[in-house]
Amino acid sequence: MTSHLLSSILFLPLAGMLVLLAMPSENRKLIRGWANAVSIATFLLSLCLIIRFDINAGGYQFMERAQWIPSIGAQYLLGMDGISLLMVLLTTLISAIAVLCSWRSITDRSKLFYSMILLLETGVLGVFLSLDLFLFYLFWDVVLIPMYFLIGIYGGERRGYAAIKFFLYTLLGSLFMLLGFLALYFQYAAQYGVYTFELQKLLTLNLPAGTEEWIFFALFLGFAVKIPMFPLHTWLPDAHTEAPTAGSVLLASLLLKMGTYGFLRFSLPLLPKASTQTWIVQLMVALSLIAIIYGALVCLTQRDWKRLVAYSSVSHMGFCTLGIFALNAKGLTGSVIQQVNHGITTGLLFLLVGFIYERRHTREISEFGGVAQVMPFYATVFAITVFASAGLPLLNGFIGEFTILSGAFQVNLWWAVVGVIGLILGAAYLLWLFQRTMLGPLKQEENKSLRDLFPRERLLVLPLVFLAFAIGIYPRPLFAVLEKPVQNILMRLAPDPRSGIADSSPATPPGRNVSTQETVASPSACWRPALAPTTPALTQGAGSKLSAGRKNRAPRLLYRSTFLSLIQVEAR
Amino acid sequence: MNSTDLLALLPLLLIAATAILVMLAIAVRRSHLASALLTVLGLCAAFGTLFIAAPLVPRDVTPLLTIDSGALFYIGLILAASIAVVFLCYGYFKQEEEHRPEELYLLIAIAALGSGVLVCARHFASLFLGLEILSVALYGLISYERTTKASIEVGLKYLVLAAASASFLIFGIAIVYFEFGTMDFGGILPDSPAGAVDSATIAVGVTLIVVGIGFKLGLVPFHMWTPDVYEGAPAPVAAFVSTVSKGAMFALLIRFFDRSGMRGDSSLVLVFSIIAIASMFAGNLLALLQDNVKRILAYSSIAHLGYLIVAFEAGGAIGRSAVAFYLVAYFATMLGAFGVVTVLSRPGNDLGDLSGYRGLFWRRPVLASVFTVMLLSLASIPLTAGFLGEFYLVAAGVSGSLWALVIILVVTSAIGLFYYLRIVVALYSRTAQPAGAWPSRINSHSLSWTLGVLTAAVILIGCYPSPVMRLIQTMVAGSG
Repeated sequence: MTSHLLSSILFLPLAGMLVLLAMPSENRKLIRGWANAVSIATFLLSLCLIIRFDINAGGYQFMERAQWIPSIGAQYLLGMDGISLLMVLLTTLISAIAVLCSWRSITDRSKLFYSMILLLETGVLGVFLSLDLFLFYLFWDVVLIPMYFLIGIYGGERRGYAAIKFFLYTLLGSLFMLLGFLALYFQYAAQYGVYTFELQKLLTLNLPAGTEEWIFFALFLGFAVKIPMFPLHTWLPDAHTEAPTAGSVLLASLLLKMGTYGFLRFSLPLLPKASTQTWIVQLMVALSLIAIIYGALVCLTQRDWKRLVAYSSVSHMGFCTLGIFALNAKGLTGSVIQQVNHGITTGLLFLLVGFIYERRHTREISEFGGVAQVMPFYATVFAITVFASAGLPLLNGFIGEFTILSGAFQVNLWWAVVGVIGLILGAAYLLWLFQRTMLGPLKQEENKSLRDLFPRERLLVLPLVFLAFAIGIYPRPLFAVLEKPVQNILMRLAPDPRSGIADSSPATPPGRNVSTQETVASPSACWRPALAPTTPALTQGAGSKLSAGRKNRAPRLLYRSTFLSLIQVEAR
Repeated sequence: MNSTDLLALLPLLLIAATAILVMLAIAVRRSHLASALLTVLGLCAAFGTLFIAAPLVPRDVTPLLTIDSGALFYIGLILAASIAVVFLCYGYFKQEEEHRPEELYLLIAIAALGSGVLVCARHFASLFLGLEILSVALYGLISYERTTKASIEVGLKYLVLAAASASFLIFGIAIVYFEFGTMDFGGILPDSPAGAVDSATIAVGVTLIVVGIGFKLGLVPFHMWTPDVYEGAPAPVAAFVSTVSKGAMFALLIRFFDRSGMRGDSSLVLVFSIIAIASMFAGNLLALLQDNVKRILAYSSIAHLGYLIVAFEAGGAIGRSAVAFYLVAYFATMLGAFGVVTVLSRPGNDLGDLSGYRGLFWRRPVLASVFTVMLLSLASIPLTAGFLGEFYLVAAGVSGSLWALVIILVVTSAIGLFYYLRIVVALYSRTAQPAGAWPSRINSHSLSWTLGVLTAAVILIGCYPSPVMRLIQTMVAGSG
């Protein structure tokens, strides 16, 4: 309570931005240097979180609370669990990279540019740290403004159109989200007589299923536009394609995660009845699967390199939502991991497109071919990224996608089958892209004089490449960090035994359950403790020869008793 | 009427005294600075007396006026806005003093007085009195640039339409008086249990009154005058029309329907819902078609008044505080937006054309940033006062279960975003106007200070609204 670590991280970029605004706009080097210093300092500061974060603590950590607008019950309330920790680290890292990647490309009007990136960083961090719905909404919308300017001023030819489309879509979605929040707010006031936006208090709300469904769809509109889920995704290719490299990186790596984070933090825990309602789950999964397949198919038809990467986000984020609505430990854990992975690999892909665009000023795939001959370092990094994105083992994408698919498989075989088809299509368009641009004869005259990556550019991509390998080879820390938060979400969903959210759904025969667990266990033993819902009973039981169906009864009971004791603890 | 009554009435008396003093001062010696200064001092003094009157309320002063905390709050708001308008006018007319701008301040003081009477009215006589004091002053203000044809034209238009609407109003008052034999708001429908309007005569009367009020508020379908007046009037006067005159009328609307107990009537609720929906849609959709910043702001104000009706319909303490908070935010924002237009305009030659704003940011970054803040506040983006205002409105609507209205509010305000963004796009356009297109720096301290204060207010209220909210809650509790 006494520490202000989260506030410091949150407001450091904003403070840096204010200082930046006071600087003379002619002194570009000073502005650039300062922006880099601030973003790197924020990243280093956020590393302190890793040291001080307690993996075994169940609730929120580093909580900070202050009165803000007492008359409506809005507080300044920050806190962090494992999911937010990963998102915050991703944010500070990607922001630092986005600032650095604009070193050469943004020389004109750089003051506004850098201040907008720093403002954006504060906004995104605020989204991942807020535990008060009103504060969350505020940060959520604050993010729009800098992004609008980044696209609208520094974007490509159709920047005005893309910026306005982005803004309108997301704002309309977020206004419906606000309606959903308000409905919760007034329902809470009706039940308890207190007006509050505090998440933890609202979690005690017990609503009729019908009300929950309405609220779920209000929130869905807000989150789904951001992710973006299938029918609401049309702003994304335009925004991505027109944005400057830094903008695309921030948009893909961070802003899209806000939507999935919203589902995990708000929709599922606040509205457990609606989130486990069969038809809603089926609808959400259907939209996710459509996004996976549709996004991949559209990618296959793209001629614009950057647009292809943009559509690949639709497909990859489909996996994340699929994992969420598998509603089991594997699905949720995999979803968060996949979000981190997507942040890393798509960030890399956009950076790489940006590098080539700065050299050639075109993104037509047909303009390239055989680039690997002149840019070997670039081609190597690109190959690693493509493999990571396509989900090759030993790289990060594999971990996330595989965990999600095994989670989906537990619930319904066909979800996993469609997901796997999406994976194959994903590998197809990515490898095809690699082949068309990097391999083959070096035909175009302009491409012969392309220079390989500069040291600064190498510095940008190497940390991400390192992370891609690190997560791919040793993902255990991620699973460990996510264990408690995922358990918390599942406990919120657990009380309804028919919903099929515990590890063994009644719809799945026990035999299949055993086989999935074995499949999961085989690639790497280190996953074991994290993937299974980690109650002592289950970890012991995993080695025993009891059938899976009987074995899983114990943890669910344990969930409930833990849940009850948790409520009692909180009540005190 | 005793001395305590007089003390409670002091704010209004001082505004009236200011008008007279300014008039006399002009007769003695014409000085632009002196008139402006005198007006500001007078209005500030009136503002100060609010604190004298505050402990004495609520209090009925004569059968005509009631001074309660709500009235004092709105008088304060009107005075603050009038002072800002005076500052804007001073900077605006200082550029060309051959317009003889001295009497302008006199008219502003009179209009402020009329608005002050409106927010205190509890009787049809004071309603009409206040309305006419306000309107007559506005005729003069709107066509103050009497050398330009457009200005005369809109003045005349406003005069004709306002007179027509006033006659609707007075006819409605007459019918209601005929039915009840009283002109006191509280005397209407004294016995009706659910506040239902059960006779056709009263329905006609109330409808006519709604027409009169709706005209002043610029609500659809009585909104025709708004864009023309905003376009033709000098920018600071347009700011006055869009804030003070509409705000005062809205306060009156609430008082009238609260006191008369007619709020519960289902057909009136329906009428207001239709008016609100029409205003929200028409304001936002028509604004999309405009290429003139002043006209865009006009349609935007139509839409904003439509939003306000949602909170008005929600009623109760939350509805009233939502209206009050929204008005504060709306006043600051509209004044700021017109303030920017004022800075870029010259008397008789206002910069309305959207293309005239292209690339403003790259030559006048501070001014363009101020305009951006105001536009974002109008579009209710977080960290601005407008956001919390709209939040409050939506909250009021949700608490009153007005789902249809709230959803329409949300959808139309998203439409509205589009035209605010069009202005923002122009401001940050990379193809800037030639260097001489705008005055190179703000030519008057009064303008820069006013804009500075308004921007600070919009951002401060947007980030930390607690002081304002506390004030409003005390006000609502006091006038309950």
